[in-house]
Amino acid sequence: MDGIIDIGVASIYVAGLTIAIGSIGPAIGEAWALSRALGAIAQQPDEANTIIRTLFVGMAMVESTAIYCFVISIILIFANPFWSYVVAQTGG
Amino acid sequence: MVEISPDAIIIWKLGQINLNATIIFTWVVMALLVLISWLATRKLAVEPPLSSEQNLLETIVAYMRSQIHEITQQDPDRYLLFSGTLFLFISVSNVLAIVPGFYPPTASLSTTAALAICVFFAVPIYGIAEHGTSAYIKRYMQPTVFMLPFHIIGEVSRTLALAVRLFGNIMSGTMIVAVLISVVPLFLPVLMQVLGLLIGLIQAYIFAVLATVYIASATSKQQGKEQSDQHKRGI
Repeated sequence: MDGIIDIGVASIYVAGLTIAIGSIGPAIGEAWALSRALGAIAQQPDEANTIIRTLFVGMAMVESTAIYCFVISIILIFANPFWSYVVAQTGG
Repeated sequence: MVEISPDAIIIWKLGQINLNATIIFTWVVMALLVLISWLATRKLAVEPPLSSEQNLLETIVAYMRSQIHEITQQDPDRYLLFSGTLFLFISVSNVLAIVPGFYPPTASLSTTAALAICVFFAVPIYGIAEHGTSAYIKRYMQPTVFMLPFHIIGEVSRTLALAVRLFGNIMSGTMIVAVLISVVPLFLPVLMQVLGLLIGLIQAYIFAVLATVYIASATSKQQGKEQSDQHKRGI
């Protein structure tokens, strides 16, 4: 039984840690990109369309690392392969 | 139980063949797009009394052409069919997510992976059509042959990123609403769905823009080099 509890505890802890640690970097990066873009728009309001378009695309690229972490933690919580194995072993 | 993928919802089953929610709603989106386009293009007019549907579609197509031209600085019609189709399909399926009972097919990794693989193959197809096979393959060995594996890793990883980005965003949108309905059922899910609409459109835009940028980088880099050569000669 101890092994089963270990798997459950490890999955939940790691899911939380994944999203917590993994969102720090993209958050800082996106804030940096946004502040730079706002500064650029303040200097050159005529180029606002181009800047905002590039900003959105760049933010989506930066954000994808956070999305990877999110997907990993969702998999750990809702579709955990190790937990499915445990359930199959004990149930079957 | 919260479903993390509409693949798991089986709607109709015949022997070995399962029709899950992803396939059904993909067909729904495709049928809707074809139906709207058919209705709008039945009575096309060149002179000013335009039907409102024709006006709508012309506005969308004209805006997509101008956006593609701004991004690639090339003739937009080459990219319009591919990128425009991607944008229309993804945005319609994301926006329809607010319809009750509709599971957006883009919330399934199968759909987004299929779209990303289309982009993956469209890049060399456009590149070879532009430069020819040997010239295109040679570009993978710039500046040296040792860069070949890194170029290939880059191609594969950006395809993966394209698929997982769209999947993660749309899936998280539907999932947050599902979780909030069980916690605060009245007002907050509506706000999150409004946010989900915005995110869905932005993600559709980003997917189409990234596909365009990848294809354009495969077709245009050689041009840039020639231009710089001409520039040098001009000096």
